[in-house]
Amino acid sequence: MSMAADERNARAPWALTAPALMLFVGVLLIPLAMTVMLSFHDWGQYKGIEPVFILKNWHEIATDPYYAEMFWRTFRIAILTTLLTALLGAPEAYILNRMSGRWKSFFLLVILGPLLISVVARTLGWALLFGGNNGLVNKLLMSLGAIRSPIPFMFTETGMVVALAHVMMPFMVLSVWAALQRLDPQIENAAMSLGAGPVTIIRRIIMPQIMPGVLSGAIIVFSLSASAFATPAIIGGRRLKVAATLAYDEFLNTLNWPLGAAVATLLLVALVLIVVGSNALIERRYAEVFR
Amino acid sequence: MAYLELDRVAKQFGAQTVVDDFSLSVGKGEFISFLGPSGCGKTTTLQMIAGFLDPTRGAIRLEGKDLTAIHPAKRGLGIVFQSYALFPHMTAAENVAFGLEMRGVPRAERSERVRAALAMVGLAGYEDRHPRRMSGGQQQRVALARALVIKPSVLLLDEPLSNLDAKLREEMQIELRQIQRTIGTTTILVTHDQNEAMSLSDRIVVMSQGKIEQIGTPQETYEKPASAFVSQFLGKTNDFPGMIDRVVSPTQLVAGSWRAPAPAGLGGPVTVSVRPERIGFGDTGLSAKIITRIFQGNHWLFQCDSECGPAIVIRQNDGKPQPAEGEAVRLTWRPEDMSVRGGASA
Repeated sequence: MSMAADERNARAPWALTAPALMLFVGVLLIPLAMTVMLSFHDWGQYKGIEPVFILKNWHEIATDPYYAEMFWRTFRIAILTTLLTALLGAPEAYILNRMSGRWKSFFLLVILGPLLISVVARTLGWALLFGGNNGLVNKLLMSLGAIRSPIPFMFTETGMVVALAHVMMPFMVLSVWAALQRLDPQIENAAMSLGAGPVTIIRRIIMPQIMPGVLSGAIIVFSLSASAFATPAIIGGRRLKVAATLAYDEFLNTLNWPLGAAVATLLLVALVLIVVGSNALIERRYAEVFR
Repeated sequence: MAYLELDRVAKQFGAQTVVDDFSLSVGKGEFISFLGPSGCGKTTTLQMIAGFLDPTRGAIRLEGKDLTAIHPAKRGLGIVFQSYALFPHMTAAENVAFGLEMRGVPRAERSERVRAALAMVGLAGYEDRHPRRMSGGQQQRVALARALVIKPSVLLLDEPLSNLDAKLREEMQIELRQIQRTIGTTTILVTHDQNEAMSLSDRIVVMSQGKIEQIGTPQETYEKPASAFVSQFLGKTNDFPGMIDRVVSPTQLVAGSWRAPAPAGLGGPVTVSVRPERIGFGDTGLSAKIITRIFQGNHWLFQCDSECGPAIVIRQNDGKPQPAEGEAVRLTWRPEDMSVRGGASA
C-alpha cells in the first residue's frame, strides 16, 4: 500500500505540471522543431517547398556576403541600442530611486507608461517627428534655418538605434531599479562617513553594485533588439533590412520559406549562444554581489 | 571641558517633533548609551551627530567647534550601522581600507593599519573574504574595524548588536567594551536593550518620546530612576501606592501594612518603587499571597498578590527553603532600597 502511495507521489509532480508542459511543447517546441526542419528543405520558384534534406539554404547563407552584412548590421544595431539604453537608463533609474515618494511613483509611471503603447505607435511617433521633409522637427528646424536639408532619420541605422533605444528603455530602467532595491539603504551614508564624496560614492560604491542589474538589463535589451521586428520594419523598411525583417520577407514576399527558416534559426542560435555565454561570464564575475 | 557637546538640540519632521531640547556633554573617552524604546528619537539624535540629518534647533560641538557646519564626509566620525552597511563587492580588507584610501594614506601604511584593525577585532586571516561569505558576527567585526581604523574622534554605534543571537551578542558586548577601553575612543551607542546599555556604558541617557528622561551612570539610573518611565524601562520593578502620614510623629511613609520613617520634605500620596530582588520575606511588612513560584536555576521568581496590587519578588537560590505557592507572606524591604516619587513638597 505504501508502495502504491509512493508511486502516486512520484507521479504527482508530472501530473500537476502536465498542462503547462503540454502548452510549452505544443506552442513552442513543436513549431521550433518544424522551423529547424524546414530550413533543410528545398524550394523552387515553380515547384514550391520540397520536403527533402539538403544544405542548400545554409550553404547560401554561409557563402553569400549579403547575409553576413545583414547579420552584422543586426548585431551592430543591437549593441549600439544596448549601450545607449545603459548610458541613459542606469542614471535614470538611480535618479528615480533617489526621488521622494510621490514623485517617484509618478516618474516610474512615466517610464513604464510607454510599455502600454504599441511598439508600432511609438515608432511611428519618431517617423512623424523626423520623417523626411514633412517630419515635425525637421520642418521646424528648417523653417528656423537651423538646418538646410532634413535630418536623415528614416532608413538609417542611427534612426533605428534611437527608436529601438526608446522602445527598450523601460527594460533597462526596471532592471537597474531592481538592483538598486537590493542596496543597503545606509550604504551611501557609510561611504560618506568614511570620507567619500558624491562622485566617489557613485563610482566606487554604487556602480559596482548595480553593474549586475545593468548587465542583465543589457542582455534583455540586446536580445530583444536583435530580434526586434516592428521598429526596424518601420524605420528601415525594405532598404535597410535586419535579420528579423529579412526572415519576414523570405516567408511572405519571396515565399521562400526554407531560406526564411534558416535565417530565423541562425538568429535564434546566435542569440542563445550570446545570451547564455554573457550570462555565464557575468555570474562568474559578480558572484560576490549576486548570490 | 566637554569633548562632545549637544546643546538644546531639536529635530522636527514637518509638524512632528522627534527630538526636543536634547542637551548632553560627553567627556573624552567616555562610553555613552542612548537608551529608549523604538521611536524615542535616539537614532535621529545619532544621525544628527553623524551629519545625515541637520538639527532644526540647537548646536552640536566637538572640542568647541561647531560640528553642524562640517560636511558629514569631513567630520571624521566612525559609524557602525545596524545593518553594518558593508560594501558587498569588496573584501574585508578592502572594506576596512576604504576610509584610509579616502584620506590618502599611502599604500604600505594602509595595509599595515588594515591588518592591525582586523587583528584587533579577531579577524586576522579573513582579509580576502567577501562580507557575504562571513557570519553576522564576523560582518559586525569588519564594520567595527572599518569604523575604528580611521581613528575617529567619536565612534557612533547604531544598534550594532541587535542582529546577533543572544549568546554572540553577549560575547560582542564584552569585546566591544574591551576594545573601547583599550583604544579610549569616545563612543556613543544607540540601543533599546537595557542590559546592553548597562553592561557597556559609563553613562546612560534614557530617552522617551524625543525627550531625555534621565542621564546617569548605570547604577544611578537603575537604583534611583528619575521617573516612572525609567524605572519601568530599566528592568523589572514594583510600584506600590503609598501615603506619607504627617499626623503621627515622626512622619511615616505607609504602603499597606508596610511602614517606615518618611523621607524629608514630602507629603500626601506617593509611589513607592522597589526592585524585585530587593524585597525579602519577613515577619512584618506588606501582606501578600504567593500566586506562582518559578524556579530559574540561580534564583526564584515569585508572583504575589499583595494588598497594594501585584508584586514580583526575586530571591537568590541560596539553598534555603522558599515559601510555597498559595502561602501567605509578608513583603519587606529596607527604606534605602526604594525610590519614592510624587508627593507634594511640604
